[in-house]
Amino acid sequence: MRVAAQIDVAAPPELVWAFVTDPTRMLHFMAGVTRWEVVSARDRGLGARYRTLMRVGSAEVGGLVETVEYDEPWDMAWTSVTGIDQRGRWRLRANGPNRTRVELRLSYSVPGSGIAGWITEHVAAPTVRGNLRRSLLELRRQVEHERARARAAARRRAAHAS
Amino acid sequence: MAAAHTTRPMAHNGHRRDAFGGEGEPLGAASQQEPGFAERLLQAVAGRVRGRVPVADLDERDPDYIRESLPRLWLLASLWFRGEVRGLGNIPDEGPVLLVGNHSGGNVSPDTGVFILAFSTYFGVERRFHQLAHNLVLSMPFLGVLRKYGTVAASPENADLALRSGAALLVYPGGDYEVHRPSWERNRVNFAGRHGFVRLALEHDVPIVPVVAIGGQETALFVSRGEGLAKLLGLDRLLRLKVLPISLAAPWGLNVGDMLGHIPLPAKITIEVLPAIHLREQFGPQPPVDEVYDHVLETMQETLDALASERRLPILG
Repeated sequence: MRVAAQIDVAAPPELVWAFVTDPTRMLHFMAGVTRWEVVSARDRGLGARYRTLMRVGSAEVGGLVETVEYDEPWDMAWTSVTGIDQRGRWRLRANGPNRTRVELRLSYSVPGSGIAGWITEHVAAPTVRGNLRRSLLELRRQVEHERARARAAARRRAAHAS
Repeated sequence: MAAAHTTRPMAHNGHRRDAFGGEGEPLGAASQQEPGFAERLLQAVAGRVRGRVPVADLDERDPDYIRESLPRLWLLASLWFRGEVRGLGNIPDEGPVLLVGNHSGGNVSPDTGVFILAFSTYFGVERRFHQLAHNLVLSMPFLGVLRKYGTVAASPENADLALRSGAALLVYPGGDYEVHRPSWERNRVNFAGRHGFVRLALEHDVPIVPVVAIGGQETALFVSRGEGLAKLLGLDRLLRLKVLPISLAAPWGLNVGDMLGHIPLPAKITIEVLPAIHLREQFGPQPPVDEVYDHVLETMQETLDALASERRLPILG
């Protein structure tokens, strides 16, 4: 099952990138995510590993994931090492001056194929899709707030200097 | 932990000599006389049950099977029981731990299934996790699959083996006495004075993590434990059964014994995992068993009261 959501953010890709690759920020904007813990020596970049959990229905599902693609500031992808089979991707693309199209993709398959697995994937999909959508809305709010704050600070500094 | 993998520890099958009146143990008054038909029938049943209870092997737990069955458990837990499990982060991330739960729902205990799902997805199926169950449950032909989830017969020997292997171990001290309590006592934790879990935790120096569940006792109308009936029939001596529960449950209507299980009503199951109790840190180097028991019971009862106050309607939650 593949679910995805996208959103336009009024900020340059570099700023959005700083948010989506910072593991300490994940719990602040990722809806439904209850754990995003660094379990490798490096906290980001190729090979970084995280223990992740997302509440879906009556369980927190996820597992150990590893970053397998890290193309700053455009693409970051991870894949599961243990737990539910999953592959996720942050895809950032410039969409005009100081605007970024952000896409969050997650493909997952539950173990134990067959009818139960198929039903489970489809029953869980609306929850997962809703979590991705809410995550992007919150990401946009936080990134644009950060950008507005930075611009206000710059204006204040400029006013002081003059 | 390594020893557990290399030596494949064989656990005890949960029977004690005194449980079935084995060698050297008199059966009591009935054994002094020619047994009647009912007595002979029960002894035959006891013999069959004893034969069916497997000599539990901790290595029978099958992580691959658990992983593949999680979707089915998830569907059942999420859609039928609307399960909600809180506080799993209170369980230490690694090492042996004694999870102590209140037991509800008769022989079909939905909170156990919801908890196994939540534990397995939270920590991963790679973490060793065992549960103790009554002999009778393990001897039921259609419940043999429980062994793949790590369920072994309830006995001190099996509990020892599980904790020594570094596993998380789920026990229900109240056992059959608590699981068949009447529905109007659904919000009461009742361990029937069984202190064994405290001694077990002390002996292995492992933390106790209380696991409080609500909703299981709303999956049928439990009328009586039938203790008198069980005693009259000698079930306590022959099958280690102190109760012969009477309930109104689907699809049977009047359900005596719950031996074949029942279809549980879709009651909302909420489970709260409480912070770990490190006995020697909290109670000193020689913790008094009674004091620990009272503390665990009181903490769990307070939590169950709080969970009960959150529920507006039975079954719906």
